[in-house]
Amino acid sequence: MVEMNTSSLPDLIFTILFFFMMVTTMREVTLKVKFVVPQGTELEKLEKKSAVSFIYVGPPTDQLRAQMGSGTRIQLNDRYAEPREVMDFVAAERQGMRNEADQIISIKADQHTQMGYITDIKEVLRKSWALRLNYSASRRN
Amino acid sequence: MAKKKKKMPGLNTSSTADISFMLLIFFLVTTSMDTDMGLARRLPQPPDPDQEDAQVDIKARNILYVRLNASGQLWIKDETTSGYGDMKELRQRVKDFVKNEQNYSKWPEKHVKIIDLLGRCVVTDKHVISVQTDRGTPYDAYFQVQNELVAAYSELRNELSKEKFHREYQYLSDEEKKAIRDYYPQNISEAEPKKYGGTQ
Repeated sequence: MVEMNTSSLPDLIFTILFFFMMVTTMREVTLKVKFVVPQGTELEKLEKKSAVSFIYVGPPTDQLRAQMGSGTRIQLNDRYAEPREVMDFVAAERQGMRNEADQIISIKADQHTQMGYITDIKEVLRKSWALRLNYSASRRN
Repeated sequence: MAKKKKKMPGLNTSSTADISFMLLIFFLVTTSMDTDMGLARRLPQPPDPDQEDAQVDIKARNILYVRLNASGQLWIKDETTSGYGDMKELRQRVKDFVKNEQNYSKWPEKHVKIIDLLGRCVVTDKHVISVQTDRGTPYDAYFQVQNELVAAYSELRNELSKEKFHREYQYLSDEEKKAIRDYYPQNISEAEPKKYGGTQ
């Protein structure tokens, strides 16, 4: 019996691998807050992932609640932060971006968050000239 | 000495496929394919510190106030009426207000504007929708208001683009889109939140 030539199999798999590497993004941060985003109808897809920075807002996750309490927290990168630290975060994210005007801040906030936190963040974003916002949401049917 | 032609033993590559499979699985596990969706908004430019607060006087008839109190109740006010409203009626209220089809004297004033591609138009581009929230307002309520406002504008723009270009707004060319945007500009102002009524 003639065996099938499998010498091109690795190439094939590598091609699939590269495809996945291109279309997906690495899960960058471990979430320290839990959130359920609100639902909307007028949503747009977030294109150009490289230009997007995420700000997470919500109560600490169940594992961290014992130490951190259940008050609303803001997460930047891998740690909790104060609203004023958003300015440094925006500047740091801007480093290495090809076009700074393209920068989009995506706010992933829990739907029960009080607006005070969001307003504080927005105020700082405005001061740091990060004007393109995206309120993360899921589609309502 | 005659060179002895020795056949080089080929490297056994049968496990390369397994290795790349492992890599593939690793990437599948660590990456997220989920497409992020969201409501795109634009913040106003920061105030110029050199400039004295140049409060532009806006005629009362041009403003539609949309307020959310700490318990997430919606309050809508224009020159004609004011009172608590329902999230479901907000979209229609905003559309009627911005359109002002009857040229009603208590809704935004109309004036003539020359727009490329559309020519001479009578528009209400001086209208402002003022969204005010309390620090205690639930984020969800605010988001729903934003969603309804965007929906109202996109419905208006769609209606206009169907009337003028016989296509939906999203299929228009960039110039045509700009003309429609000039006709119905999104004037949503978000003042600093105030403390009024029912703070927690």
